[in-house]
Amino acid sequence: MVNYKISVTGKGKMKIMNEQKKYDDSHSLLIIMPSYNEADNLTAAVLDLRENLSDVDILVVDDGSTDRTKEVALDLGCRLLKLPFNIGIGGAVQTGYKYAYEKGYAFAVQFDGDGQHSAKSLPKMISVAKSGSWDLVIGSRYLEDNEYFTPLARRMGMVIFSRIVSMVVHQKITDSTSGFRVLSRRAIEFCANNYPADYPEVEVIPQLYFAGLTITEVPASMKKRQRGKSSITWSKAIYYMVKVVLAISISLLREKPDKGREVA
Amino acid sequence: MLRTHIFSLVFSIFLFVIIIELIRRKKLLERYSLLWLGVAGLMMVVSVSRGLLDFLAESVGIYYPPAALFLVGLLFIVALLLHFSLVISRMSEENKTLAQKIALLECDIIEKENEV
Repeated sequence: MVNYKISVTGKGKMKIMNEQKKYDDSHSLLIIMPSYNEADNLTAAVLDLRENLSDVDILVVDDGSTDRTKEVALDLGCRLLKLPFNIGIGGAVQTGYKYAYEKGYAFAVQFDGDGQHSAKSLPKMISVAKSGSWDLVIGSRYLEDNEYFTPLARRMGMVIFSRIVSMVVHQKITDSTSGFRVLSRRAIEFCANNYPADYPEVEVIPQLYFAGLTITEVPASMKKRQRGKSSITWSKAIYYMVKVVLAISISLLREKPDKGREVA
Repeated sequence: MLRTHIFSLVFSIFLFVIIIELIRRKKLLERYSLLWLGVAGLMMVVSVSRGLLDFLAESVGIYYPPAALFLVGLLFIVALLLHFSLVISRMSEENKTLAQKIALLECDIIEKENEV
């Protein structure tokens, strides 16, 4: 314990310097992988990332998993945030954004730990984000024809969401439910402070728009789940619909949508 | 009609005493007891004062004045439930923030330990 104290005072300054350096480095990037009981899928997802991106910081946010998610993440050499209990996808992702914000990362990628997202789309998404004109780059399954197959009922829900979101943000969004995204520093800061608790993906798009941030989409390929079941059941799907539509409607009452947008 | 009044008077006094006792034993926080005390007090006043109850019943169009007692109770329950929902919302938000803070601090500690 004595050593520990010395290291804090001794290296405290150095750490601040490191962080300062990261602020200046406009290319620093953090991959945030929210994971809840994904021990079986995590390895494949991390290897996929390392294959497609060189020298990348991966942060696994373990949302109170009861399996070996934490051990697997550490064995793979990932950074780890271990939540003491399950707080839901929104809260888990937000913890990742808080980390990215505190550590001064310029960009953050949200990437599912269940192996659904394919890292081969990432270099394109990242380069679009780094061009500097976009705060939120969404990886869309529907911009280009790809092999991603969605069951009809779910597809219908997604189309409805995307229509609503497109109307609210006055631009076409094809895949509003996609959790595959790259965020700029400005978007990281916003999400670190405000992020919806459950089913956050759709809701956060209008929120970012109202905050004056810019949004674009890039084609991305996604795979079917490797193992395990999707978390969406019928009753949850109905709650999902109602909750998101309500949240967006309320946000329209709360914000002043087109105020100040002319500048952006 | 008189019996209803006696019953509701006894009940509201009983409620009042229980709430005071809970606060005294520190089982109930003062801030959450105010609403309860207010209603126990209101129930007492309405039980004792026939005129007030009749007036209350008549002004909202209830023909049978004791039914107004139930209305008052019901409205109170709705208000209390709404109040609880507000408290729960706030607490779950705080709970989430705490969990996130713990995860971030734990990560900081591990990083610092690794630096040693």
